[in-house]
Amino acid sequence: MKKFAKIAALAGVSVMMLSSTALAGDTFKIGTIGPLTGAGAAYGNAVMNGAQIAVDEINEAGGINGAQVEFKAEDDQLDEEKAVTAYNSLKDWDMQILLGTVTSGSCLAVSTEAAPDADNIFMLTPSGSQKDCIAAGDNEFRVCFSDPDQGSASAIYIGEHGLAEKVGVIYNSSIDYSKGIYATFRQEAEEQPFEIVAAEAFTNGSVDFSAQLQSLKDAGAELVYLPFYYDEIAVVLKQAKDMDFAPIWFGVDGMDGLLTVEGFDQSLAEGCILLTPFSADAEDELTVNFVTKYQELYGEVPNQFAADAYDGMYILKAAIEKAGATPDMSASEISDIVKVAMTEISVDGLTGTGMTWNADGEPSKSPKTVQIQNGVYVGME
Amino acid sequence: MKKQKLRSNLITYGIVLAAYVIVQALIAADSLSSMMKGLLVPLCVYVVLAVSLNLVVGISGELSLGHAGFMCVGAFSGAFFSKCIQDVLTFSPLRLLIAMLIGAAVAAVFGILIGIPVLRLKGDYLAIVTLAFGEIIKNVMNIFYVGIDGAGFHFSTQDEFALNLAADGRMIISGPTGITQTPKDATFTAGIILVLITLFIVLNLIDSRDGRAIMSIRDNRIAAESIGINITKYKLMAFTISAALAGAAGALYAHNLSSLTAKKFDYNTSILALVFVVLGGIGNIRGSIIAAVLLTALPELLRGLSSYRMLIYSIVLIVMMLFNWAPKALEWRERNLGRFFKTSPNK
Repeated sequence: MKKFAKIAALAGVSVMMLSSTALAGDTFKIGTIGPLTGAGAAYGNAVMNGAQIAVDEINEAGGINGAQVEFKAEDDQLDEEKAVTAYNSLKDWDMQILLGTVTSGSCLAVSTEAAPDADNIFMLTPSGSQKDCIAAGDNEFRVCFSDPDQGSASAIYIGEHGLAEKVGVIYNSSIDYSKGIYATFRQEAEEQPFEIVAAEAFTNGSVDFSAQLQSLKDAGAELVYLPFYYDEIAVVLKQAKDMDFAPIWFGVDGMDGLLTVEGFDQSLAEGCILLTPFSADAEDELTVNFVTKYQELYGEVPNQFAADAYDGMYILKAAIEKAGATPDMSASEISDIVKVAMTEISVDGLTGTGMTWNADGEPSKSPKTVQIQNGVYVGME
Repeated sequence: MKKQKLRSNLITYGIVLAAYVIVQALIAADSLSSMMKGLLVPLCVYVVLAVSLNLVVGISGELSLGHAGFMCVGAFSGAFFSKCIQDVLTFSPLRLLIAMLIGAAVAAVFGILIGIPVLRLKGDYLAIVTLAFGEIIKNVMNIFYVGIDGAGFHFSTQDEFALNLAADGRMIISGPTGITQTPKDATFTAGIILVLITLFIVLNLIDSRDGRAIMSIRDNRIAAESIGINITKYKLMAFTISAALAGAAGALYAHNLSSLTAKKFDYNTSILALVFVVLGGIGNIRGSIIAAVLLTALPELLRGLSSYRMLIYSIVLIVMMLFNWAPKALEWRERNLGRFFKTSPNK
């Protein structure tokens, strides 16, 4: 028992030591919140790693306005309640700016806490794409496209490039992501020179899509829009092949990852077009530099979450510099000036060039489209 | 015997009140971290959840794995009410009170509806069916779309567009996203009051004639039946009261977060509540409170240890289990700490 008490005391001391904070006022303290363990951990860790690379680069190059950046990630285990606790513990760490949260659900919960009528902490979510998750205050912005924007951007792209006249849609009616994208796609499609001939839904856990595919085939769809995640898309492509249905496949960022599905015949993905903010195969200097560093440090190819977070950190840098904020300011003071600066900056990053923001916090950038050719992403016009 | 029981109950109330006073003092002295402040309401929620489940598991002796389902019903009905009324009724304590009453009432109705068929089963079968009911409630809430506009309420199980809301309409429940922007009415004081009310109901029930009837069914069903105790009635009573309290806890929970999703109330939450009950000692109300507080706060307090905290949390679970249930540990407790840890009079 004595030994146990000793260990307990030691643990207690180490907790205190770890949570002790550096001298306030000489560094910018930026925090993030995301699922680092459990379900969705791939997203949270990608954001943490991507942001860390940016922080290291910024610090090496002399910091922001001459001040170094401290970065800390807290785990929310994909749970709204834990996200708020994580947020509070970051506040105890004297966080000045929040680069988070990673997922939309947590973002909804945290955004009310960070809003100007509550704590007033500036918030830039790298990947919270749900429409309302930055609606709680005017100090909340995002790096990625919102779900509805992806839907309308897809419809505009298909219309402008005359990819097809008869379009079919399959969507997952049990997740918000898919339904949100489909909703705005349908809305925007009315303005576009193509017609939605069939729209079929499925629910989480479906493994047989033949009924939906048959209906689209009978309706004569030339292009099929797939606004859901890659693991299900892999099954759809396989079953379509089995019934000799070969339209143009068009996906959104959820399709990113299709080529990594185990046991998936990659030839099925040939010709698939997807709207994605980031492709690791791009050959511009910025992407190559980021992908190489990421692979060196973490041993895997970065996904769009990592890219969003990397961009997010540089966006914060640009906004802080524009606003002339200094690390000795309180979180609330920083929030008040940085939110104004956000609408005045233009940033070139991995996920878009010339990104600008409106006062609602939505980014304006042109979506990138890539096509899968010979098993790799090739950028499209 | 009676005096001893009363004393034990008073100690339980005393612990809760003392905790309240200490926390208020710490807040007044500004020495409580933001994280702890944020945890206060969830702690109350989980305490109520654990105590109410203890009524079913410990006192009535039925293994229920669907407790989160009742919390879910209470949370959604309470938040639904507050969302509808938030512009009309702006006095938040009253709004919260009504929301909790509605949450409790709706959960109680579900408790009766589910209890009637389910309580005919025993042991493992009961556990499986309650688990299934919890999941059903969660999944049904997941497809609900409710909006309101000038013409009144619109319901759908399809999507937002099937509602055909007028331009001035707004969504109240939107499927997997659930209810967002519920007014943040929950306070620690409200939480503590709910805990005290829960304790009052449960402890008094245990000591009442009805409570003894419920426990007699647990201890020997045939003997209880043979002396004329209406088994279905008493089992249903415990089950419904427990569901109602969980519903009130759910409503409190919903008013503490601006985002309420049905997926939170899956079987993991039910199991968590069961863990509180088992670790605190089945049938031991005070134990449930302590276990709920400890196990909710611990992983958060250990955040500094990053990924090791999960390991430490699991070790704590095992240590607590041994401390509470291993025969040798019980013997040791009896010898050394006999004065502080009296075996519960309820057991």
